Order: sequence, then structure tokens, then C-alpha cells
Amino acid sequence: MIIRPKYTQVLAVSLLVLATLATLAILVFIIVFVLGKGLPNINAEFLFSNPEDMGRAGGIFPTIVGTVALTLTAICIATPFGVGTAVFLTEYTRESRITRIIRFGADCLAGIPSIIFGLFGFIFFVTYLRMGWSILSGSLTLAFMILPTIIRTSEEAIKSVPYSYREVSFSLGATLWQTVYKVVLPNALPGILTGVMLSVGRSIGETAAIIFTAGSSLRTPHSLFDSVRTMSVHFYILAREGLSNEKAYATATVLIVSILMINLSSYWLMNRFILRKTK
Amino acid sequence: MMKLFSEKSIKKALTVIAFSAIAALLLIVVFIILEGLPFIFKVGISDFLFSSEWEPQMGRFGIFPMIIGSLVVTLGSMIVGIPLALSGAIFLSEFVPRWAMRIIKPTIELLAGIPSVVYGFIGVMVLAPLIRDYLGGPGLSILAASIILGIMILPTILSISIDSLKAVPQSYREGAFALGATHWQTIHMAVLPAAKSGIIAGIILGLGRAIGETMAVIMVTGNAVILPKSPLYSVRTLTANIALEMGYATGMHRQSLFATGVILLIIIMVLNYTATIAIRRRVGKK
Amino acid sequence: MTDRSKFIIENLNAYWSDVQVLRSININIVSNKILGIIGPSGSGKTVFLRTLNRLNDLVPEIRIDGRILLDGKDIYDPDVDPVELRKKIGIVFALPIPLPASIHDNVIYGPSLSGIRNRHKLDELVEKSLKSAFLWDEVRDRLTTSAMRLSGGQQQRLCLARILAMEPDVIMLDEPCSGLDPISTSQIESALTELKKEYTIILVTNNTKQAARVADNTAFFLMNEMIEYGPTDVIFTVPRDKRTIDYITGRFG
Repeated sequence: MIIRPKYTQVLAVSLLVLATLATLAILVFIIVFVLGKGLPNINAEFLFSNPEDMGRAGGIFPTIVGTVALTLTAICIATPFGVGTAVFLTEYTRESRITRIIRFGADCLAGIPSIIFGLFGFIFFVTYLRMGWSILSGSLTLAFMILPTIIRTSEEAIKSVPYSYREVSFSLGATLWQTVYKVVLPNALPGILTGVMLSVGRSIGETAAIIFTAGSSLRTPHSLFDSVRTMSVHFYILAREGLSNEKAYATATVLIVSILMINLSSYWLMNRFILRKTK
Repeated sequence: MMKLFSEKSIKKALTVIAFSAIAALLLIVVFIILEGLPFIFKVGISDFLFSSEWEPQMGRFGIFPMIIGSLVVTLGSMIVGIPLALSGAIFLSEFVPRWAMRIIKPTIELLAGIPSVVYGFIGVMVLAPLIRDYLGGPGLSILAASIILGIMILPTILSISIDSLKAVPQSYREGAFALGATHWQTIHMAVLPAAKSGIIAGIILGLGRAIGETMAVIMVTGNAVILPKSPLYSVRTLTANIALEMGYATGMHRQSLFATGVILLIIIMVLNYTATIAIRRRVGKK
Repeated sequence: MTDRSKFIIENLNAYWSDVQVLRSININIVSNKILGIIGPSGSGKTVFLRTLNRLNDLVPEIRIDGRILLDGKDIYDPDVDPVELRKKIGIVFALPIPLPASIHDNVIYGPSLSGIRNRHKLDELVEKSLKSAFLWDEVRDRLTTSAMRLSGGQQQRLCLARILAMEPDVIMLDEPCSGLDPISTSQIESALTELKKEYTIILVTNNTKQAARVADNTAFFLMNEMIEYGPTDVIFTVPRDKRTIDYITGRFG
């Protein structure tokens, strides 16, 4: 090297600083830009009234209901399976070909793009099982999508419960399931919840997998078999069809704020979890 | 109540549940393939993959432009995303004090939660007009998509890279410093090589996210079925092709979209596989 | 009271993978007495203890042969349920491990597993067990606070109380005082001396003085073998084996 190390250092570090600042600036810009344009248009009426004229006017109430219904149903379906799988992998079996296959399956599932989930949900739930465009089809599709996340985070959470707790429980005459149910799961709960929260965030933001399975009806749903339009789908339609930029920004703001709040609370949970463990 | 569920039946139930992920995976793959593969054979693999004519109403199903579109946009997003993410990761993990990291890293990860449709919207409202006005072309283009996707995958690569840089033992750094290396030399020669496999894992995740992304891409690429000659051209990706036409496709046309899904799945599997091999080889060498 | 055997152990061997960790152990453990097991660390004391309540079943690498009779019944018989067995044989580990729950909930963990739901009965059990463990007076006003907030010595006595609440036959303690100060140690020791009226107690310790203070009988383990076993005063005054003398007088270990 001919260039003196000191100069390389200065050059390299300043490039790094620039790149970091650019990254942060871009990311902050996106939030500020959307919230800046959206917040002024948000009021109680927007949140609690029905859309009019395809969404050009009025509010987004049915899409909020749709998002909540779809997300909750998906979580209720995926969580027992995800946590159950994690319990099986950590407590009921030892590392073997079977556990490797299960983990491999979960990893592959995690790598499948959401549009493929959409295609699958459409052909399987909507068409083959005749569920039609409905909350049920959409949430089952979403459940498939978030299953790997819940498995992974639950597994981590369960593994972090000290082995000695299990030993104490067994030594006091507990069966394996009693130990899992009374000691392991309660202590892994914050970690499991973190995974669930992350999945909620992902479900709320998802569009491609939902638009072909839950449809895009703007009516407030009354049962699991009704078609719904989620906030993300509504936002996509508003933006793509150029119906109303004003409403699009406002919807995006509600979307972003709810996801940020959910992710923040999962952080808070995680931190509490870590704090308690180190205490 | 406890007696109702005997230990044995619980174990059986959990064993069944544990195969849910595998079952889901198989179900998805089987149904997509069942719906798509017969079509590919009917049209002919080479016509389907390498013909540039996509006119479903006329019975012409060539997805070559979409394959190129997906690859080009993914490559572009990597060119935009990786340098930014890596520089950010190095700076944040090596030069920024711990307390600041505790704020910055969660912020970045929170940004990973912004829905892709929002990124797409920003692309349409802010980026595309800029490109159109200053560089020419339609604005909605490979360039716009690469930048938007690059930004979208930033948080993923950034946060995983930070984790793997942080995981490099302090003794590596001390060793290099002791030999009289500057901070940059230390990073360059001691820290980065040690963190390489983790960083690559992050890049692969980002890659997967970029090639599978649909809604943002639909919004910013313009979706023209053409072979692009410059980054300012509009393209259509495989994912966009599926999502755009799924709403109204029937018969052969719909099957062709599932066939597109099959190709997308294969591309992703090949990418993941080669990447995994690459990591293994690197780790093996060490 | 005549000496009645609680455990009869015949030719017990244990292996960790291919390594033998217990070599033909033969011992009669007498009812309502304190058996002290002494020996340097790594001599097989803990493995021995954990074969008695089949806690080693959880470690797939461990294999055992020989016979362990509890009240005349082989505990490794196929028709013996290890879960039920462990309810009869409580164990206190070296480090106090309270479960992250309230003091009250820690004590009732065992009984509630057996399906006891009656609040009144449970409260009675809590009070009785904590009293027997010499802990009641210190915690009676704060049974609902987290067990994690107790001191180390209190936590270890809580672990003892947790076992007493199961009303077991045998209490085993695996170096229960290794992390405790002298005052906590003496509290545990007084509790044990009281408790032997009702229970058979096995106390593993690497503190020979502790064995001398509280044990009725003492066994000396060395290199995975039981070297010598007899009444404590005999072991500590006229041992037969030279290695026992060396260990007791502190020449090694």
C-alpha cells in the first residue's frame, strides 16, 4: 500500500459515516413524509366511518375491522401449531433426522414469497375447499405464512428457560407435560409473545397473500365467511388506482402507526424478558 | 382435568402438530405444481421459459422478459442495498457507542416492519417523478424498483450484519490493534473476515425478500413486458406478472400464472441452495 | 426403635456412555436416620443420589444395572412409574433453585401436581412445610412475594419446604449448603435433625465436618466406589481403610 494507513482510515470512516447517515435519513424520511401528509387527514370520522365512492371519500372503518379480524384469526390458528411444534422440538424429542426435517421445512416455508402463498390460498382454500374469498381463507393463508416465525421465536424462548427449572419440576414428581405446562411455557411466554407480535405486524402489512384470498369487499364483515378488505389492501387499491392520494396517505399513516406500536410493544416485552432473566 | 389428556396422547398430538410446517410446505408446493406443471409441458419448457411473447389471449405464453425482469431488479436492489447496509453495519457496530446502538438498532428494525405497499407508494410519489425529470424515461423503471427494493432490504441485511459483527470476539480486535493496525485496518483485516458468514446469511435473506417482493414492485416497475436495454426501462417481474393478472385470469391463462409461480419457486430454491453451499464452503475453509 | 432398611442397594453400577461412574455399590439405607455421603467431588456421589429417584432417566447417556429396593420393591421394575417414585423421594439440589413464582406457589407445586385443589388444605400444607424447614417466621407475612427475592439461605430452605409439602418418604440433599453462609447452614442442619423423626434423609456433602455433626451413618465415596460405610462415630474415629483416614484428616479432597 502506497497510501498511508492514516489517510485510508479517514477516507474509509468518512464514507461509512456518509452511508450510515444516508441510510438513516432515507428511512426517517419515509416515515416523516408519510406521517406528515397523512396525520392532518386523520380524525375520528376517518377512523370510524364507512368509505364512500370506492374510498375517495369517507373513512376506513370496515378495513380496520377486516384487518383486526383477519390478523386475530390467523394468529389464533398459527400460534397453537407454532408453539406446539416448538415444544415438540425442544422437549419431546432429541436432535435427530426428524427434527432436522421439521426445521428444514420451517426454513423453506419462511423463504416462500407471499405471492406464492396468495396463489396457493386462492387455489386451495378459496377454490378447492370452496371457502370463497373470506376471512377464513385469508387467515388460513396468513397462518401458513407466519407459522415459521412463531416456531422459531417460540423455540428460542423455550430454549432460554433454564434446564434446572425442568429438573426441579421433574424431581417434584411432575410429568413431562406438567413440566411443560406449568414451568416451561409460563417462563417462555414473553419470548413467545414477541414472536406473535412480530407476526401480527407482518400480517397487518401483508397485501399479496391476502388480496386473492380474502378479497376486497368494502363491507363490514359479520362472519368468518365474509370477504374483507384489509388496510394494506385498501391502501394498495387507493394508491394503484389513483383514487385519492389524500386518503391513501391517511390510510398508510394508520397502517404505519399501528405496526410501529405493535413492534414497539414487542421490544418492550423482549427487554423485560431479558431483564428478568439477568436479575 | 389433567388426567383427561394422558401423557401419551399429548405426545402423539404434539408429534402430529410438529409436522404442520412440513405439511404446509408440501401442500403449497404440491398444489402450485399440480396447477402449473401440466401447463408447462403443454406449452413446452423452452417456449415457456425462453419466448419473449406474452399474449395470453392469443395463446402465447413466454415469460422470458419476466425472468430477466426479476433478475435485473433483484440485482439492482443488491447493488443499492448491500453497500449501504454493510457500511451502516460496520459504522454502527464499530464506531457508535453502546447506548446509541440501543436506540438506533431497534429503530432500524422497526423500519423493517413498514408494509411493502408503503415503500411502493413512496416510489411512485417521490422517486419516479425525480427519475423522469432528471434522467428521462417513464420514471417507473428498473432504477426506481432497484432503489426502492434496495431500501426495503436495508433493515434486514443491516440488522443481521450488525449482529454478526458484534459477535466477533473482542480479542480479534485487540490482537490487530496490538500489531499497530489502525481502526480501519483492524476492521478490514480482522473483523470483517470473521463476520463474513453471518453477513452473507443476511444478504441471502435480503435477496429472497427482494426477488419475492410483489406489491412494491408492481407499483414502481411500470410492468411493461419487454426486454430492458437500460436501467430506465420499465420491466415486469415474475411476481408482478402473477399478481397483476390473477384477478381476472381463467383457464389456460390462470394455469400459466401458476406455472410462473413454479418457476419463481425454482429460482428461489436454486438461489437459496447455492447461497447455503457458498456459506458452508466459506465456513469450512476457516 | 429398631433399624429398618428403607433402601437396599445391591451391586449398583452406572455408566455415562462408556465410562463407568459407579462401581458395584452395596448399601442398606436405614429408615429415620441421616445417611451422610462424603467424598471428593467427582467421586460419584451425585450420580448415586440421582439413581435413587430415577432422575438419571432424563439423561439418555446414563445406563445403570444392579438392584435398588425401596421398601422391598425394585424401583427400576417396569411397572414402577418414575413420576410417582419421585413424589416419594424429594431432592434438594446444590444450588437453591426456586421456581420463578411466589413463595406460596413454590411450596404447593408438588401437591398441586397430584391434584390437590382444596385451598384450606394447601394453606395448611404451606404453613406446616415452611415451619418444618425453619422458614415460616421469616416469610409468613409475604407468602405471595416472588421466591426469587429471598436470600440464598432462605431459598434453600424454601426448596426443602417444597419437598416436605409433598409428604415424601425420603429426603435427599445434594451438597445443600455449598453456597450458604454458616448461619444458614446451621439452620438447615437443625431442620434435618428434627426431620429425621419422620423421614429418611440422605445428605451428600463434601464438608466432612457437616457429616460428622448431623449424620447417623456415613458412607465414603472415592473414584466411583464406596470405600467404607458405617456408623458416623466409627467412620470418624476408627476407620478401617487408609484412604478414609487420609480424606477425613484432609490429606486430599
